Amino acid sequence: MKSMLRTAKAIAAKDLRIELRSRVVTNQVIPFAALVMILFAFALDSDALLERVAPGLVWLATIFSVLFIVARSFALETADGALEALRAAGVDPMGIFLGKTLALATQLIALEAVLVGASVVLYRADVSASGGVLLVTTMVLATVGLASVGTLYGGLAAGAKGRETLLPLLLLPVVAPVLIGATRATESAFGTNGIDVSEGWPWLGLLAVFAVLFSVVGTVAFGPLVDD
Amino acid sequence: MSTRVARDRVTGTPFTRGLGIVTILGIVWLVIFGLFVTPADVNQGETVRIMYAHVPGAWLAYLAFIVTALSSAMYLWRRTRSLTWDRIAGASAEIGVLFMGISLVTGSLWGRLTWGTFWTWDARLTTTAFLFVTYIGYLAVRGLGGTHHQRARRSAVLALLAVLEIPLVHFSVEIWNSLHQEASVAGNTDVTMDGLMLFTLFLGVIVFTLMYVWMLLHRQRALTLEDMLDDSGLDRALAARRAEAGVS
Repeated sequence: MKSMLRTAKAIAAKDLRIELRSRVVTNQVIPFAALVMILFAFALDSDALLERVAPGLVWLATIFSVLFIVARSFALETADGALEALRAAGVDPMGIFLGKTLALATQLIALEAVLVGASVVLYRADVSASGGVLLVTTMVLATVGLASVGTLYGGLAAGAKGRETLLPLLLLPVVAPVLIGATRATESAFGTNGIDVSEGWPWLGLLAVFAVLFSVVGTVAFGPLVDD
Repeated sequence: MSTRVARDRVTGTPFTRGLGIVTILGIVWLVIFGLFVTPADVNQGETVRIMYAHVPGAWLAYLAFIVTALSSAMYLWRRTRSLTWDRIAGASAEIGVLFMGISLVTGSLWGRLTWGTFWTWDARLTTTAFLFVTYIGYLAVRGLGGTHHQRARRSAVLALLAVLEIPLVHFSVEIWNSLHQEASVAGNTDVTMDGLMLFTLFLGVIVFTLMYVWMLLHRQRALTLEDMLDDSGLDRALAARRAEAGVS
């Protein structure tokens, strides 16, 4: 248990250090997500409509970006057979899973913060203090779910030919509950359509179930998936 | 040599041939009953006949995915680990995707005629669409390559993940849908069915199930042959390289 957590910490630190030095997520994925937000505005072409659908667009942009961050996260592992080397060195797969999930979650939170900021600026979203608490809780729970499931399916697709196209096909159906739950909760936090903040909290139940389920299942199933 | 192999390595046996004949006769029976013998529905008119293919198709797809999940579990369980279970899982998923596609198409055609819309965001429909895409992904993962056991393990884990995922998707779509469904298209709530129509529906389910078993047996054997071909291809390549090097 202790060694698993130590492995997780080391893996997460490694991934984040690579990100700090390469700045792929900062300089490519986050700008991509912001661009998606701007393109949505062109497509919908109405301030009132944008304000109404802002929460959904934030999470849609997040989920699209998850695909890139997961692909990046496992491109690091498959280059030079790093993942195989880790496994051959007897590194605990549960630790690898938790570490990669943690690094992914950190990057996702940063991305979501930028997107929420963009929706305030571009889509006139408005967050009150109590809405802010709801919003932060939503982001944390949704991120744990997205990071777990992303790491799990990323590990599955890693090293396969055509993984860039396979990952969205596998991942997007699975994350549908997160999109639904997080969007509804964010609508309450933004007060979209006059929805009260208190109406958002029940949706966090769905996000919490998803986060717990996939972080537990991912921890168990990741080993057999990557252990070839 | 090659003719002997060809004769030994067919996917049919007396049992599957018999089953195939019974299935074809059953389909003929179903077509005659479904299209000619049963009456048109009071409310739905002639379109009700789509149901005789749609309901059995949907039933079959669900059956096939359950079989995929169970065989995947059998593969993952150490004491029953065998590539046969993996091939059954794969064959069943292929048939399931085919029939889920058929029931989605027939269902939306029926919906257009009866409800006036091809699609509604009803939980059952939406989950079915997700299920369809999920198993297309499953089949893509089966085609990733690697050794037979790598393929088997990867796809078995994925099949069990799908079992987890589907109820969650269904539940979330259900609560999402219950919030904003102004345009309910439940249609008529007339549940009493004519006896002959009910019988035909039941016949359809039986015939489709027989067809499933028939296809599954053939497909599973074909997949076994494919795997053997992979293995023998390697052996043959090794032998050829040995011959080149002059090693006997």
